[in-house]
Formats: sequence, structure tokens, C-alpha cells
Amino acid sequence: MIEFLMPSLGADMEDGTLIEWKKKQGDTVKRGDIIAEVETQKGLIEIEVFDEGIIDQLLIKEGTKVPVGTVMALINSSEVELESKEDPKITLDVPIALQPIEEKILEPIKIEKTVETIIKASPLAKRIAEDNKIDLSKIKGTGSDGAITKEDVDNAIEEREKIEIENTQTLPQEKITKPGEAIRTAVAAAMSKSNREIPHYYLEKKINLTNALAWLQVANEHRVIKKRLLPVVLLIKATAKSLLEFPDLNAIWDNGLQLKKNINIGFVVSLRTGGIIVPAIHQVDKKNVDEIMDSLSDIIPRARAMRLRSSELSDSTITLTNIGDGGADSVFGVIYPPQVAIIAFGSVLEQPLAENGMIGIGSFVNVTLAGDHRATDGLTGSRFLVTLNKHLQNPELL
Amino acid sequence: MENSVRKIKITYREALKQGLREALQNDDLVFLMGEDVGRYGGAFAVSKGLLEEFGKERIMDVPLSEAGFVGAGIGAAMAGMKPIIEVMTVNFSLLAMDQIVNNAATLQHMSGGQLHNPVVIRMGCGIGRQLGAQHSHSWEPFYAHIPGLIVLSIGTHEDARGMLQLALQSPDPVILFEYTSMLNLEKEIQTNVKAVAINKAKVLREGTAITIITYGTGVYKCLEAATELATVGIEAEVIDLRTLRPLDEKTFLDSVAKTHRVLVVEDAWRSVSISSEISARIMEKAFYDLDAPVQRLCGIEVPIPYSAHLEEAAIPQRNDIVNTVKKMIRHD
Repeated sequence: MIEFLMPSLGADMEDGTLIEWKKKQGDTVKRGDIIAEVETQKGLIEIEVFDEGIIDQLLIKEGTKVPVGTVMALINSSEVELESKEDPKITLDVPIALQPIEEKILEPIKIEKTVETIIKASPLAKRIAEDNKIDLSKIKGTGSDGAITKEDVDNAIEEREKIEIENTQTLPQEKITKPGEAIRTAVAAAMSKSNREIPHYYLEKKINLTNALAWLQVANEHRVIKKRLLPVVLLIKATAKSLLEFPDLNAIWDNGLQLKKNINIGFVVSLRTGGIIVPAIHQVDKKNVDEIMDSLSDIIPRARAMRLRSSELSDSTITLTNIGDGGADSVFGVIYPPQVAIIAFGSVLEQPLAENGMIGIGSFVNVTLAGDHRATDGLTGSRFLVTLNKHLQNPELL
Repeated sequence: MENSVRKIKITYREALKQGLREALQNDDLVFLMGEDVGRYGGAFAVSKGLLEEFGKERIMDVPLSEAGFVGAGIGAAMAGMKPIIEVMTVNFSLLAMDQIVNNAATLQHMSGGQLHNPVVIRMGCGIGRQLGAQHSHSWEPFYAHIPGLIVLSIGTHEDARGMLQLALQSPDPVILFEYTSMLNLEKEIQTNVKAVAINKAKVLREGTAITIITYGTGVYKCLEAATELATVGIEAEVIDLRTLRPLDEKTFLDSVAKTHRVLVVEDAWRSVSISSEISARIMEKAFYDLDAPVQRLCGIEVPIPYSAHLEEAAIPQRNDIVNTVKKMIRHD
């Protein structure tokens, strides 16, 4: 039996409200099917299943808010598993070299589950908690190795007293948040965590886009208006191609560097209500420029309407932000945890250019890379920017 | 100013000498014996001038045989004298261990309480004078292990001046550790220090954030560390154990109940040391007062090196204490 859990759609998500089950008991589901709609700070998200099987039980009622990791449904996969065992090719087809990477990513999740039952607390903290009837399992320890200390328990007691006072003094009030405020809170949480925990280093490189833009103009001549390419598509594609050579930047940091097999570029979309949302464009390295343009045209309006799918919110392996023309010259990004890098493009500017002893005019963009110094060093980042430049000089090969 | 207590600046060596002189003046039964204590003035010049003042009957040079002269001193104490035996360094005292452990420490018990042995044995000890491994070890834990002995550690100038008086009044054998690296160190003490209690540890600085327990050369290092920690808002309590046997556990258990955190600092090697004993007693008697595991800063477990910077690296220094405390409190 497979447990279907409330997914985490980013480092900042703590819980979600189940709005609607899209499947019912007995339904057959396969990987990628939408099983439910969940309301999060980032709006209404369609949640996908990653397993195949028959829905055995739906455990959570619609309208219920549950923490990330809560078992929401049970999926019976036994029949499907039998089928897959008869086909040995499935395992053989997976390149062996890629397997450890996938395993490494899964490992910490498994460990967390078994450790959860043991509560590490100092003897003094335990004594005080017992005296004051404080539930230690609800406290996050700040001591060595996350042990709960006296201070943590004292804080919990204080917090409880505060709530008790509030409850007795004022009528319970439903906190009403506007959509803009919720997204603001989510951005605030993620970026505060990033600034607190990630030691950033910053690099900047000026890249000549003259060739790329000229090529784009020619390429667009033969396209119908709807299919015309935006310059950012070239930037996205060149970034993905460069990442193939620098896998350390396409990774997450969680108790160490964990490389990601797919290159899913999170593209920063700013919302009209304020705040930003970062949907992922999946496997960019395997898409051609037209496919990337299609993805963008599909995903940006849905992001603005807050109608993204769970995989689009949680799967990005690196983030790209693009300030657009007429904006600031350079942007220095803040890494989206647990990713280890963010690439930021300023606006494209015409500038004098000295080349082969001649002076001309070219179109330039300032590209910056903010890297997690725990994961990589400036040299890696610098080489990446040089490679990115190389790819953007040859737009026809992208 | 007439009624207030005056203070004088004094070296650790001078404080020891004044204590010795006072003991010799107070009681005719007191005499000092040891290698080079007379004509040479003591290997570390602690007894310099005492031969001229008190004569060779009371300041006695002895042959180079620790088992011989320590044994003779124990015999003199049994016969009613008040001998102070100086062993040049604690390392050589191991040659007299048989006399101390098998005779001095056991006689009262084995005689059914009929024989007292009020011998006082002073030992130069400590690390930090580039004397090499064979002259630099911290054997305090060896002696603190033995029932029947009273083991004192002189970590302050006040104790250097006053501890000997009460040691001489003890009916049981007393081992006194004097730290040679501190001999030239000057500190202010009150002029009226006469005798100081020997059965109690001392809280030298009060604090609420953590208890630092130490003895000997650790005392001033820990006090300096506590002063530095106070500048970043960490108020550390510093306790000088003073008596390594019997341990005054009430003082440090009371402190643990107040601060909930403990760091034990000593020069001796970590394994089976004074800090092991302290840590174990806190576990047994103050476990539910602890908010963090008891931590220890001890000597690195190697023979103490000769070269100065390695010697320094082999034992806890002020910075190590500061850093460990910060880590324990802030986890940084």
C-alpha cells in the first residue's frame, strides 16, 4: 500500500487545505494524474500522483487543513507492481550511473520518518515540561543536535500563556488574508530562510547579445505571431545547456550537496497583486527553443492566475530571474532554498563595443549568479558564466 | 584607611614562602625536608633564606631518594613531629608512591584509629615551563583516587599564602600541589590572609549562564575567560575546587542547580581524571538540573611536549574555554 502524503511545494510551505478530491475510492490512477486540489499560500494547486494503483481510501475530508507530510490517501499498488515485475526491461533501461543520484535524494526523507519518534530534550527541559504539561513533541529544539532546552520549554509555556490570555480577553477572530498578503508571507519566509542559512557569493558578467538578438530576429520572421520567440527563451535554453556542464549548480543543499538529474528551471513570475511565484519549466535541456516558448506561454498566465500544478511548484532545481527591458541594469538574486544557485538577467542595453580594433554598438545584458558557498565556489560559478556566454554567442546551436 | 584591610602585590612564590615561614614560626614541631631546600634555597627558590632563619635542624636537605625521605617524613609524623616534605616535582613523587599510598594513607585505618599521620607533602607540579614530558605531568588524579589522603590544589595566591596552616592542623596526610608555572605571577591579596579553609571549594565569580569548574592553573585562565565572556553577555560562574579529595560536591551541585550547564577545565588528561569524577557526580546527583551535557576541556592525551607552542596546545587555554562556552550556550 502506498501512502499519498500532503506534498511540500517549497521550503516555505507548512500546511495546505484540501479543497477537492479529483479521484474517488476505487479509481485507478497513474503517474501524473491530478488527484486533488489543495489551497496553499501560493493559491489553488492541482496535486499530481507519482504512483500507479487503485485508490484504496481517501483519509482526509475536503475542506480540512493538514500539515505537510500528512497521509491523505492510500493507494493500492499491488496489482500494478506485479505487472512491472514481469517486465525486467524497466529496471535495465535506467542508466546505472544515474541511480545513486536519485537514491541520494530520497535518503533524508526516509531517515526523518524513523527518527521522528525520539524526542531529544535535556533532563531539565523534560522536568519542566512535565511539571507544566507541555507536549515536547510540539517543540522545536534549539540546543546542540536540535535538543530541546529549558529555554525552548520556557518559550512554549510563555506562548501558551499568551494564547490563553488572548482567548480570554478577545473574541476569536478569523484572520482574513488577501491573496497578495499570503504570497507576501510565503516569499518572506523563504527569503528570510535563504538569507539566514545560505552563505551567498555573487558574480557578474556582461554578455554580448548582439548575435543572439540578430539570430532571433531572423528566426521570428518565419514564425506566426503566436509562435514568435522572446529573447528570454534563448537565455533559458543557454542556461540549461551550460548547467549540463556544471551539475553542481543544478542541485539542492540538504545535509550536503545533492545533485539533481533533471534540469528544471524555476522561472520567476511577478504577480500583479504583489509578490512572486516560481513555476518550474521541466527538463529544459531536452526541449528545443519552440518547446520552451510553448511552456512559457502556458505557464506564465497560469502562474498569474494561481493555477499551477504541484510538480511545477516543487520541482525546480535552479531559479532564473529576468528583470525585463527598461528595468534595472543588474539583478542580484536571493537563492530559493534548498536550491544552490540563482541566475539573474538585467535589462538589455545598447553599449559601445570595442572589437578587432573597431568601435561599434552592441546589445549587452548583465548576468549575475548568486551561489551557495557551501555547495560551490566562485570559480565554478565563474566558469559557468563563461560557458553561458559561449552558448549565447552561438544562438543557432541552442 | 586604618580600619580597612590593606592589599599587597605578591608573587605566588613569595606567598608560598610567607606561608612556610609562618608555619615554622608558629610551631617548633614543624620542619621542612626535601632535596635542595636548604643551602640551594629550593629548586624553585621557595625556601630561599629559610635555612639562615631557622637552622639546619628545621630546614633539612635530604639525599636524592624520594622513597627514603618521604618515608622518613611519614615516620617523623607518626612519632609526633609536624614534617613538611617537599618533593621537587610531582613526577618524582611516583617513586615515593609506595610510602604515600601504602603507609601514610592506610595507617589510621589499619591501626584502628590509634595512629595518626599528620604529614604534609608539598609537590611542585604543572605544565608550561618547557621541562619536557618527565617533568610536566598532572598527576593530581592519581592522588585524588586514594582514600585516607587529603589532596589540595593551590590555584590562587590567597591559597598559596594560607592553605599550609590548615594543612598542618589536619590529623591525616595532606598532599599539596603547587604550580611552578605560576611562581613568578603577581597578584594582589589581602595582608591579613592567614589560614584559609581547606575543606571547601570556592565560587570565585558568580554567574548564571554556566558553571566552570576548575583547579590549579585552570583557575586564573577560567576567570579571564569569564571576564571575556561577560563582554558578550555570558555570565559564567567560576568554581575553584581547591580540595580534590574529599571533593566538596555541595558547592558545585548548588551551582549546577542555578546555571544548568557545566564545563570542567583541567590540565590533566581527560580519561579517568578529576573532571571524570565531577562529571559523574553531576550525573548522579544533579541530572535533572542539566540543560545540556556536561562538557570537559582537559589536556590532550599525549606526553606533554617540550616545545613551547606544542606545550601550550596540549592544555586548555583561555580561548579554548571561551569558545567552548560560546558553543555550549549559543551553539555557534
